[in-house]
Amino acid sequence: MNSRLQVPTTAKRGEPVEIRIAIQHPMETGFRYDAVGHAIPKNVINTLVCRYNGVEVLRAELGSGIAANPYLSFYVVAGDSGELDFRWIDDEGNRGEAHAAISVTA
Amino acid sequence: MKRRRFIAQAAGMLALPIATAARAQATLESRLPAVRELTAGAPIRVGRVTLDLPLLSDNGNSVSLHLAVASPMTESDYVRSLHLYAERNPRPNIANFFFSPQSGRAEIASRIRLAGSQRVLAVARMSDGSFWGATADVVVTVSACMDES
Repeated sequence: MNSRLQVPTTAKRGEPVEIRIAIQHPMETGFRYDAVGHAIPKNVINTLVCRYNGVEVLRAELGSGIAANPYLSFYVVAGDSGELDFRWIDDEGNRGEAHAAISVTA
Repeated sequence: MKRRRFIAQAAGMLALPIATAARAQATLESRLPAVRELTAGAPIRVGRVTLDLPLLSDNGNSVSLHLAVASPMTESDYVRSLHLYAERNPRPNIANFFFSPQSGRAEIASRIRLAGSQRVLAVARMSDGSFWGATADVVVTVSACMDES
């Protein structure tokens, strides 16, 4: 799954930094029908977890009320330099991940 | 003297409905079972949560949303989770976000689907177990879930 992740490359220690992620996903609601009238099964990214150097900093449980190609922006306090690690899973069991490095100055 | 008493009584009558309205507004009610399940009967107080949504959206398929909760976000006092509901969506619980003190700021921006004009409700659960909430009314011209596209 394609995704775009925006993390400031440098941050000051102790300051909250804004993290933004957009994932390419149809977020099928299960209420739509295809051209021949068959219901398209629900398939949404149901869980998205962000870990910062292995520690979970945000967990999002998403539903069909989130628009297609989900976008999420949130904050995390810059601690040590390291990696932000995103993992998500959809209803069909497809997993995706994204990573970004962050370097923290004193 | 009569006139003075009349003015005092009139002022009292004016103040009364304002006071009761303020008391009624101090908590939020929702008929959604999911909200009742979340709070388990605890009151949802109005305040601390800011829910930014457009007043009018042309398209319910993607409505930009900004959520912020006023909190120091320290180990002893932080926002544990933030829950978002659209009361008239077929699945009202849009999303749940779980924070930690490391979040620094309990703020979320995203884009949501809305099945028609309705009230959107955001409820925050604090680390002390209290609930705070905010609502926003959105007018949606073209609802999500209705088109075949």
